[in-house]
Amino acid sequence: MRYLPLTKDDRAQMLAAIGAKSVDELFKDVPEAARLGGLIDLPRRQGEMEVERQLAAMAGKNIAASQVPFFVGAGAYKHHIPATVDHLIQRSEFLTSYTPYQPEITQGTLQYLFEFQTQVALLTGMEVANASMYDGSTACGEAVLMAHRVTKRKKAVLSGNLHPHYQDVVANLSDFGSYKLVTEPPCPKGTEGLAGEIDEETSCVVVQNPDVFGHVRDLSALAEAAHAKGALMIVVVPEIVSLGLITPPGEMGADIVVGEGQSLGNGLNFGGPYVGLFAAKQKFVRQMPGRLCGETVDAEGKRGFVLTLSTREQHIRREKATSNICTNSGLCCLAFTIHLSLLGEEGYTRLARINHANAVKLADALGAVPGVKVMNETFFNEFTIETPKPGAEVIDALVEKGVLGGVPLSRLMPGNDAMKNLIAVASTEVNSDQDRAAYARALKEVLA
Amino acid sequence: MNSMNAKGRPTGTGAETGFTPHETFTGNRGLVQEEPLIFELDSPGASGVDLDEPEEFAPRLGAAARQGRIGLPGLSEPEVMRHYVRLSQKNYAIDSGLYPLGSCTMKHNPRLNEKMARLPGFGDVHPLQPQQTVQGALELIDTLAHWLKELTGMPAVAMSPKAGAHGELCGMMAIDAALRARGEEGTRKRVLVPESAHGTNPATAAQIGFTVDSIPATDDGHVDVAAFKAKLGPDVAAIMLTNPNTCGLFERDIIEIADAVHEAGGYFYCDGANFNAIAGRVRPGDLGVDAMHINLHKTFSTPHGGGGPGAGPVVLSEALAPFAPLPWIVHDKGAYRAIEHESEGTGQPFGRMTAFHGQMGMFVRALSYMLSHGADGIRQASEDAVLSANYILASLKDVMSAPYEGPCMHEALFDDSFLKGTGVETLDFAKAMIDEGYHPMTMYFPLVVHGAMLIEPTESESKDSLDLFIATLRDLAESAKRGETERFSGAPYLAPRRRLDETQAARKPILRWQHGRNEPASKAAE
Repeated sequence: MRYLPLTKDDRAQMLAAIGAKSVDELFKDVPEAARLGGLIDLPRRQGEMEVERQLAAMAGKNIAASQVPFFVGAGAYKHHIPATVDHLIQRSEFLTSYTPYQPEITQGTLQYLFEFQTQVALLTGMEVANASMYDGSTACGEAVLMAHRVTKRKKAVLSGNLHPHYQDVVANLSDFGSYKLVTEPPCPKGTEGLAGEIDEETSCVVVQNPDVFGHVRDLSALAEAAHAKGALMIVVVPEIVSLGLITPPGEMGADIVVGEGQSLGNGLNFGGPYVGLFAAKQKFVRQMPGRLCGETVDAEGKRGFVLTLSTREQHIRREKATSNICTNSGLCCLAFTIHLSLLGEEGYTRLARINHANAVKLADALGAVPGVKVMNETFFNEFTIETPKPGAEVIDALVEKGVLGGVPLSRLMPGNDAMKNLIAVASTEVNSDQDRAAYARALKEVLA
Repeated sequence: MNSMNAKGRPTGTGAETGFTPHETFTGNRGLVQEEPLIFELDSPGASGVDLDEPEEFAPRLGAAARQGRIGLPGLSEPEVMRHYVRLSQKNYAIDSGLYPLGSCTMKHNPRLNEKMARLPGFGDVHPLQPQQTVQGALELIDTLAHWLKELTGMPAVAMSPKAGAHGELCGMMAIDAALRARGEEGTRKRVLVPESAHGTNPATAAQIGFTVDSIPATDDGHVDVAAFKAKLGPDVAAIMLTNPNTCGLFERDIIEIADAVHEAGGYFYCDGANFNAIAGRVRPGDLGVDAMHINLHKTFSTPHGGGGPGAGPVVLSEALAPFAPLPWIVHDKGAYRAIEHESEGTGQPFGRMTAFHGQMGMFVRALSYMLSHGADGIRQASEDAVLSANYILASLKDVMSAPYEGPCMHEALFDDSFLKGTGVETLDFAKAMIDEGYHPMTMYFPLVVHGAMLIEPTESESKDSLDLFIATLRDLAESAKRGETERFSGAPYLAPRRRLDETQAARKPILRWQHGRNEPASKAAE
């Protein structure tokens, strides 16, 4: 087997050194009844070529985003990733290193985590950020738990326009943690007023910007309303490119900001791995979940970086930890930070303008299709259309015309009649004028 | 005297000049380059990406348009490339040397797996594409699920957990859901966890409202079965047990433990972090396990990536399978279908762990590893891992001190009694390994052993590599005993950094770069 260096002779010599007759002796603590005599009923070893053939056949059955005019969003977005990103994250020293528990020989990882934390804090307008979470949805769940710890209250208020899967993740954690949850109904017009739901028992109000229908809102008034009752405002950013054009949540008064960082550096990957962003006010830092990297000096006084404030974490605190989390999305946040470093201030804000411009053009083109109504007055790179036919049928019919046209909101909120004819449509820098024209043409045919 | 070549250039080594290393002008030391923070490399206006400004258009951002600069630095592509390459050169990695971190499983990461994960049909598909356009992606998840079920002898698997600890959470939620279905969620609140467990086990149990009750270990490193049985009662929800355990030993009474917890009405959660020792030789389903997470980044070689992403699918017994979280995949009428809502399928899912399907990129890599190894290769890999650990244990137990008799499983555990009276502690010993070109082993874990050193060589090392590692540790141990404390007390001397001041880092946390730095972030932010 090509990955196993020991030869038959090596094994024999090693067994002799151990004083064992066979490898079976080493497994003598396994109860007799549980010892497998033979091989498990699965295929035998294969060469690279055979494995490649088999997996390529599976991959070939899928339609890749880059093959067709592609407008699917709702929490994951197709962007162009510079070639440099993938080259760098595949360097052995990054790819095959462990969590930087030995800082003397992992300064590479630690320094990029420190840079990543700084970038996330800058984008979100917050004071501190951690070294990343699994993804946006789990970061959102952890943010609610953190708000409960900070406020010592047990009730969260969720916007109905928070991505339904994020709502589910929060609900799941609340359910098992015996916390209270108030979830508003979805509001496709984007005029939801949440302030009335916040009371003295409320630990936090969770609101997504842009929301699941694409609406962009100034949340300053909501933050004031939350703070007036002693509650925190948690802002969820599903598309990190949006902060190149939108007021950062920190400036709107957010106490905790979480986001999905996939758009920078990370491919769609059918849902993961992604990179959860988590930022907060400095005064809450000791209640934050996840890893934190901090600056210090070494024995010679040289600047260096270490994982820090680990007294919050499970390997020290065990059942008293702030969270059971013991990993971050290391390589995904490396991809994020490299992509953002390549973009820089100019590139990042321009990328945001291109995304917005493309979405505006697409909204105008689709809005001109007979029977189609654009639901949004405001949006960034994603908006919602209402069609005269059920959204799921329209999307399926568009597939037949070679267009992946978005996400029917009935898929995210089945059983809600108000969602039946709505489709969330995203347009990023990857879409050309031809793509948009193809979409409008196909939609017209489908609805005719 | 120097010899001269044809061009008259000196070719000698210079050894006779008596030159000693000194502080350099740049701070660099040959190939080890000092590198500023990326924010200190800012060329305002520069970018490593060429994008055309869009034509004039009327924005639709309402009242939420950003004002003012963000503060991101500008760099060209070559500058960015050099920055990260230089950073990478400060990292130790499994590709550059033996990485004996016990309990972490730093094995070879085949690059075929990377290539497969980047096939556009896997890497460039969206989790909410119409399902008829992602049949191959669903097939991949279903195929991996089949392998995991066969290898563990378990009937079901929840694929979506994003890491080991997330898998633990999923498994314990499934247990809680099953207790609810029995109407016993209010009465069964206690979870039994051995002292030697990973910190995630008690943290997970506590996160969803269980109380944690610690089980002691016997003198030979196993669960104290009598003490465990004495703790069983009608208020026990589950036992969380790592097997092989964190002392590197197989819990030989495991079937008895499983039977006892079942008899008492509780469930058996197995921490599968060490499945790589037994894959292909033992199926957890045959041991009475109800739920076990599998760290794909350990057993099935998906890269650790400097701390993630992981992936932690959870195999479930018949008793827990109905409560598996959304989404899951079914195969009917010749097509794959993802069940994303309770209304679409049978079962009583307890909820949802994450937005989408889980760590697809890791699924592809893990399946690529499995297909490459096959049933025979997976069994051989486990055997080689166990053989290598035992070889280290047998070769070093005369100079280092092993608290437990062998054989061990995939990791060899030593304590610090061999350092007694030397003035050298476990930490110093580990740091001295860095100067010898090795990443240290896991230290001070498990907690049940004083000054623990947990060594996991994995199956990826050749015998020569193991022999050199053994000789190095032997030399270090003998050196410590000879009283050569300087080799240890200030180590590492030869790494990109000397020991770092972790106390200062925690006392005055600086968690981000800011203009006018050297100011603690906490102060600057006020």
